[in-house]
Amino acid sequence: MSTESTLRIVWIYPDLLSTYGDRGNMLILGRRAAMRGIPVECYEVRSDQPMPATADIYLIGGGEDGPQALAAQRLINDGGLHRAVNQGAAVLAICAGYQLFGHSFFAKGAKCAGLGLLDLHSDRGETRAVGELRGDIDPRLGLPALTGFENHGGRTHLGPAATPLARVTAGIGNDGQTEGAWHGKILGTYSHGPALARNPAIADLLLRWAIGADSLSPVDDTWPDRLRAERLAAAGA
Amino acid sequence: MPLRAKVATSVSKTAAALSRAAGRGDGSVIGGWLGLKIDPDLLSHLAAGRAIALVSGTNGKTTTTRLAAAALGVLGPVATNSFGANMPTGHTSALAKAGATPFAVLEVDEHYLARVIDETNPRVVGLLNLSRDQLDRAKEVAMMAQLWRTALAGHPDVHVVANADDPMVVWAATGSSHITWFSAGQRWTDDSWVCPESGHPIERSNGDWWCTGCWLRRPAPQWRVEDDGVVDPRGDWHLVKLQLPGRVNLGNAATALAVAAEFGVRPIEALPRLSGVASVAGRYAQVDRDGRNVRLLLAKNPASWLEAFDMAEQAPTLLSINARDPDGFDTSWLYDVDFAPLRDRPVLITGDRAYDLAVRLEVNAVPFRHVLSFEEAIQLVPPGRLEVIANYTAFQDIRAELDRVN
Repeated sequence: MSTESTLRIVWIYPDLLSTYGDRGNMLILGRRAAMRGIPVECYEVRSDQPMPATADIYLIGGGEDGPQALAAQRLINDGGLHRAVNQGAAVLAICAGYQLFGHSFFAKGAKCAGLGLLDLHSDRGETRAVGELRGDIDPRLGLPALTGFENHGGRTHLGPAATPLARVTAGIGNDGQTEGAWHGKILGTYSHGPALARNPAIADLLLRWAIGADSLSPVDDTWPDRLRAERLAAAGA
Repeated sequence: MPLRAKVATSVSKTAAALSRAAGRGDGSVIGGWLGLKIDPDLLSHLAAGRAIALVSGTNGKTTTTRLAAAALGVLGPVATNSFGANMPTGHTSALAKAGATPFAVLEVDEHYLARVIDETNPRVVGLLNLSRDQLDRAKEVAMMAQLWRTALAGHPDVHVVANADDPMVVWAATGSSHITWFSAGQRWTDDSWVCPESGHPIERSNGDWWCTGCWLRRPAPQWRVEDDGVVDPRGDWHLVKLQLPGRVNLGNAATALAVAAEFGVRPIEALPRLSGVASVAGRYAQVDRDGRNVRLLLAKNPASWLEAFDMAEQAPTLLSINARDPDGFDTSWLYDVDFAPLRDRPVLITGDRAYDLAVRLEVNAVPFRHVLSFEEAIQLVPPGRLEVIANYTAFQDIRAELDRVN
C-alpha cells in the first residue's frame, strides 16, 4: 500500500459523516504535510469497507442522526479503529464524530452506544448551538485560540479520563463552559466541518504527533492568519 | 372574494408599487406582508378559481418556475412570483398584482411547501431535488423529505411531477397516487447515500440507483433529457433551444414541459416560449460595462456551484461570497465544492467572506487575486467576458451595482 515513511491519513466513512465540508480537513492535512516534504497518502474508507488499523491519522466528521448511529454501530463491529487507536494513531473527531467517540450519545431520540475511546457521554441540549465558537485551548497543547463554527443539538459531559480541549470564550461547545476533549492523541471538537482551515496549528499538532516531531518547518499562513483574525474578532470574545 | 380580501388585495398592490417607486426593491415581499396582516386567508382567497402549479426544491426552482410559466402562457395569462420571492408573502403579492388569471405557477421555498399546498390547493406540484443548503438553519435533508412526504399524503388529489434521479425526492413523492417522473439528472449525490426509508446504503450505476435494503429504487421516468433535447412520454424527441446556459437548464426545461403537460400543453407549443426566456431575476443576465461583458451566475450551495462551473466559459472569473442571514452564516460548504475547474482561468475573489474563500482556493491549488469591490474587478480584467459567480446576497449586491438587471 505504501512505504514505511509515507504518512497515511484515513477519512472515516465520508458516505455517512460528511455533512459540513469535512473533506477540508483531509485536504488541509495533506497539503500541510506535502509542504514539509512529508510523503502523504489519503484514504477515504466508506462504511461498507473494512477499517484499516495501520494508518497514522484518522479523521471523522459531522452528520445527521441516522448516519451517526449507523457509523457508530459499524465502527464497533469492525474493530479496526479501536486497534489503530491502541497502536497510537492520531485522531481528529468532529461534531457527530466527536460524540460517537464517547460512551454514549443520542440520535433520533434513542440512546446509542459509542466507541468508548473518549471518557465522555452526550445528550440533547434544550436549544441548538449554532454560531461562532471560540475558546482558549489547554495550555499544555501550546496552541493559539480555537476558532470555529458550531451547529449541534447535543451537550457533552466529560469523565475524569478526558480533558477539555478548550475553555469557551464565545459560543457553547460541550456545555457553555468547556469545548471538545483530548486524550492521548485523540482530539474531539464541536468546531464543525473544515475546522483545520481556521486552526492550522491543530493540523500541525496532528502531523507532529503522527511523525513524532517536536516541531515542523514554518509555512506561509498569510491567508489562514487573516481568516483567523477576522473570525476571532467576529466572535467578539 | 370577501370585502376584507378585496381591501387586503388593494393595499398589497399599492404597497408593492410604492416600494418599487421608492427604489426599495422589487416590492414582492412588502405588499404580501401587508395584505396578509389585513386578511390572514388572503392567499387562499387569491388562489381560489385558478389552476395552480407549485415548484419546489433546493436548486433550479426560480428558473423552472419561469420556464413553466412561459410554457403555460400558451393557454392564457399566468400569475407567477418571478422575482424569486418564494414564501407566502411573495405568493400573495404575485397573485394580487396579477389580478384574475386562469393560471398561476408559483416557486415555493421547500420549508413552506406544506403550508402553500394547504392554502392554494394546487393542481400540480413539481419537485426538483433536495440537497444541503444553509445547514446552520435549514432542516436536515432527510427531515425535509419527510415534511414533503407528509404534506403530499394529505393531498391525494394533487398531481406530482417529480425527479426520478433524486432518491430523497422519489421517497417524498412515492405516497402520491398521481405521479409523473422526469429525469433531470443529479449532479450532487452526497446527500442521498443513505436510504430515507430503511437506512441502508443506496447504490448507483450509470444513472440508475437503488436501495440495497428495501423497495426504494429509481422509477422509470416518463420525461428525460437526451442530447440537446427532451424525450416526452410518447417517446418523441424534441430539440430544446434555450438562451439559458448549461445542461442544468436543459433539465429545468424538461421539468417545465412535464409540468405544463399536466395542464394539456404540448411540448411543440411550449418550446418556442422557452426559447424566449433570456434571464431569470438577474441570473444568466449579461451586462456590458466599460467594454467588459459581465455575465451573472448565482450559486448558493455545493450542487449549484458545480452547475455554475458547467455553465461558465473559460474566461476571467470573479467569485463573491457573503454569509449574511439569507446566505446562512456558515461557510463550511466551500470544502464540498471542488474549485479545480477554475485553475485554467484568472480568478478574482471578493465579498464579506473572501478570506474563507482565499483559504479554500489555496488548499485547492487555484491561484487567485483578492479585490475589494466589483468595480476593482472590472478594471483588472481585459475587455471581453467576465463571469461572475456569487452566492445569494453577494449576487444581489452586484446586481444592484448593475442597476438591478433582470
